[in-house]
Amino acid sequence: MSTYAYYPGCSLHGTAKEYDRSARLVCQALGLELREVEDWNCCGASSAHMVSRWLALSLPARNLQLVEKMGLETMTVPCAACYARLKDVSCELKDPEVRDKIGRVLGGQVTGRVTVEPLVGTLTTQEILDKAAGMIKKPLAGLKVATYYGCLLTRPPKVAQFDVPENPQSMDRLLRVLGSEVVEWYFKTECCGASLPVARTDIVLDLSRKLLTAAKKAGAEAIVTACPMCHSNLDSRQGEIRGRYGDDFKMPIFFFTELLGLALGYPARELLIANHLTDALSLLQGRGLA
Amino acid sequence: MPRIGVFVCHCGTNIAATVDCGGVAEAARGFPGVVHATDFTYLCAEAGQRKIQDAIAEHRLNRVVVASCSPRMHEPTFRKAVAQAGLNPYLMEMANIREHCSWVHADRQVATAKATEIIRMVVAKVARNEPLTAKQVGLTKKLLVIGGGIAGIQAALDVANAGHQVTLVERTPTIGGKMAMLDKTFPTLDCSACILTPRMVELSQHPNIELRTYAEVLSVKGFVGNFEVEILQKARKVNHLTCTGCGTCWQKCPEKNVPSEFDVGMGRRTAIYIPFPQAVPNKPVIDTANCRYVRHLAAKERGEKLMECRVCEKLCPTKSIDWEQKDEIIVDRFGAIIVANGYDTFDHSVYGEYGYGKYPDVITGLQLERLMNASGPTKGEVVRPSDGKHPHSVVFLACVGSRDDKVGRPYCSKICCMYTAKHALMLKEHDPNIQTYVFYIDIRAAGRGYEEFVRRVQEEYGSTYIRGRVSWIYPQDGKLMIKGEDTLLGRPVEVEADLVVLATGITAAKGAVDLMQTIGISYDTYGFINEMHPKLRPVETNTDGVYLAGCASGPKDIPDSVSQASAAAVKVCGLFSQDYLTTDPMTSVVDQMKCVGCFLCEEVCPFRAVERETLRGGKVVARINESVCKGCGLCVAACRGEALNLKGFTDQQLLAQVTALLRA
Amino acid sequence: MTSEFEPRIVGFLCNWCSYAGADLAGTSRTSYAPNIRIIRVPCSGRVDPLFIAKAFQEGADGVMVLGCHPGDCHYVEGNYHARRRFAVMHRLLDYLGVDKGRVMLEWVSASEGARFARVVNEFTDRVRQLGPAKRPVHSFQVAGNR
Repeated sequence: MSTYAYYPGCSLHGTAKEYDRSARLVCQALGLELREVEDWNCCGASSAHMVSRWLALSLPARNLQLVEKMGLETMTVPCAACYARLKDVSCELKDPEVRDKIGRVLGGQVTGRVTVEPLVGTLTTQEILDKAAGMIKKPLAGLKVATYYGCLLTRPPKVAQFDVPENPQSMDRLLRVLGSEVVEWYFKTECCGASLPVARTDIVLDLSRKLLTAAKKAGAEAIVTACPMCHSNLDSRQGEIRGRYGDDFKMPIFFFTELLGLALGYPARELLIANHLTDALSLLQGRGLA
Repeated sequence: MPRIGVFVCHCGTNIAATVDCGGVAEAARGFPGVVHATDFTYLCAEAGQRKIQDAIAEHRLNRVVVASCSPRMHEPTFRKAVAQAGLNPYLMEMANIREHCSWVHADRQVATAKATEIIRMVVAKVARNEPLTAKQVGLTKKLLVIGGGIAGIQAALDVANAGHQVTLVERTPTIGGKMAMLDKTFPTLDCSACILTPRMVELSQHPNIELRTYAEVLSVKGFVGNFEVEILQKARKVNHLTCTGCGTCWQKCPEKNVPSEFDVGMGRRTAIYIPFPQAVPNKPVIDTANCRYVRHLAAKERGEKLMECRVCEKLCPTKSIDWEQKDEIIVDRFGAIIVANGYDTFDHSVYGEYGYGKYPDVITGLQLERLMNASGPTKGEVVRPSDGKHPHSVVFLACVGSRDDKVGRPYCSKICCMYTAKHALMLKEHDPNIQTYVFYIDIRAAGRGYEEFVRRVQEEYGSTYIRGRVSWIYPQDGKLMIKGEDTLLGRPVEVEADLVVLATGITAAKGAVDLMQTIGISYDTYGFINEMHPKLRPVETNTDGVYLAGCASGPKDIPDSVSQASAAAVKVCGLFSQDYLTTDPMTSVVDQMKCVGCFLCEEVCPFRAVERETLRGGKVVARINESVCKGCGLCVAACRGEALNLKGFTDQQLLAQVTALLRA
Repeated sequence: MTSEFEPRIVGFLCNWCSYAGADLAGTSRTSYAPNIRIIRVPCSGRVDPLFIAKAFQEGADGVMVLGCHPGDCHYVEGNYHARRRFAVMHRLLDYLGVDKGRVMLEWVSASEGARFARVVNEFTDRVRQLGPAKRPVHSFQVAGNR
């Protein structure tokens, strides 16, 4: 059994509890032990790097330091925003000057030897895909989905080092294994506006609407994400979009771990799919998946 | 025994003001080997030179030191002077007591002492000088031009018109290069073919020019004036001596679906083909990868069955199809080489955000040229490759594969701003209702009439120029959505297009690096040739006798390429105006008794002057080709066995200076 | 000390850039410390590390090697070879017991007369502060024919 340090981040303790629940369940089923980073702190995403470079580096660096103390080699991160910050600092730590300075800020050395990977990467290696294929209890029965990776997972390519930057394939491969039909669309890595929910709701609604329109046109019955920000945005804004533009999408938004959990036989209730703001259960029930 | 004469120049007061020249001469008389020393007001003057010459005779001098200005100033003067007195010119050395002493030190005592030491060092050096003789070698007054684009054509014609023999080698079946593919040229909108094809014909009929298309340079040996070149003549499977170019074969060839290289995939060609109607030579070649008969033969060997075909052979009125024709290697001698291997356009499939080259309606500028050309695959109708419909909205993206570190192309390709403006204008001429948008970083329109042209496109032809890069292209409802940023307004823009044209940048031609290595010239990280000097010797390479023209050394437009070609031609004519080449005798020399054959020298030599020679008994040792050696001495410092030395700057001469200075 | 120590400095200058730079210092009448004695070589890549060793063995207090700026070598790449050789030379200096501060490799172009003067002054001061050089601890034959 491989053991990973698990950094849930604030979303998975709040708005994306279903992501946390489903991630823990599927990892357990697939033989991956997740050990939550003890005493983890905010990764600094979305605000720290606008304010101070050293704050933006030191916050995630402390989390890496904690993992080093736990004696683990690899940390898996479900949230794309947390991943971006943690991966960024792990790259920056290669510079001895940065390492020294951060060490002084944290009051203790951090080596940066911990490998940071996104949960969607951890769960889509060939080994895991093969394993999952053999454990499927409920194939997803041709559920037509659009995979949506969001803007952060693959960017900037030199830092993120994950998948093909403009046309990632990890989730696509997983979902095909699970029996889904993955539609071809072009918005896989487009911005949903998640960093502007309060300041410029109009932009968020416009961008999210474009995404939902494109997914619908591509024939998707649901969108699958690997980012709690994208999820909350697309899941919660459909009512507002209807109010402003009149489009009524009723498009269920899933975390990839939820669909993986379903296929592995976990009931929708246990995966907390009922927590979604846009009804997802009806679609699943219609397919006999919930 | 050296009999050295030392002559100290006053240079008016330039030296004498701070250096006691008489005292220095006096001191020099005591230096080892010095038999005569004197001072004079102006040694470079006629009287001064005569003073030296007289002293050589009177004192039977066999070495001379002139202590005056920098050798970079008057070395040739004094070499000539001593030569007139019957002394080998390389037995004269200069001691620089002006630039390096009198002019920079005000204290008379200090300057006099320093001048004395400088002379003592040079006296020690000259005592070890050997007479050197410049060698003369003959040369072959025949030029090899590599590349049959406009640069190669121009260079070949210029040199041939000057009365010299020229061989032009072109890799493809026709000359004409990229210029032949263009519809119009900026900013005058001349029809490209109309101005180019007469040149192509002139070249093919020129009595001094041998044209070798469908051929490549395999190896280059030798040196300036005497290159030995192996040329691979690829088998055309058509006898060009008997073929009349009637066209029956390519009209009847049943294999009609080969993507045309000339049309950049926008059109199709047959397996036996000429690239375009005005091709020179206007005789076909058989593309063996696609010929049905050749494939039939290959299948037969594998024991499979495939239709036999041979239609061309049956229909050819002059029986010119020759299945037996093989690749042939021709060896020829040339005195000079002009490299005009041109360029290729950047492969945009690395741009994921532009669809990895997979959207059919995202095309390149060169492809649009073919679509706009009246003799092109669509007879000049601009249509979308996906559905053949006329586009109403066309978006141009500048700097695709230029000024982009992300794809390893930080340089500007120089021509894209202009050709994009030309495209926007011509599309409007084709269809006044068409709407054009140009996304650009900056407009670089430096050239006569260029800026005015771009202005016209914006103002008279109503093209919308948007300053900013495009971040994303995606298909939607049969159209292409272009997302970018208008950096002048500071906000994102989205444009809907029927057709997107990428202004793909200039990269080194395919195989450029291999070619440079074959010839032995230096190139940069992008595969462009390094000029001998970027400012003052822009058409010369670091190998004597090898010149460059056109995009071989980086992005250029047509007038620049043609100018370079003519410049290179002048260099060649200058070279060919001599009957013998005089080589500088200050070259490296090998003591073959000491050489162990490690060939470290060969590795460090930037000029490929080191050759291998097998001695009797089988020992392989180095030999310096004195015609190629430029006398840098890299090999000497690299030689571990002290087998190498540099004439004029030998180890002994240099160390004698050190010793003379420090042991005194 | 009764009189100030004046170091003996040998400068190997490439003909095309640095020697011309020194000439320019002259034509511009830019004065500089008189200690350097210039030996003209075709290229900084011509300078054998043993020349430098030999100079110290003969009693030099400092040795300068000046060549064209990277990319400007008249012989395309001679100065790159010089630079690499110089890096190795540093190790040899340790063996000889010669302070590394007593050697200098610098790039001076034909248009840098003022820079030439500055580089020479700085180096002269540096060597003056280091004081007279001791002869190398290891004496050796610099080449049979040398």
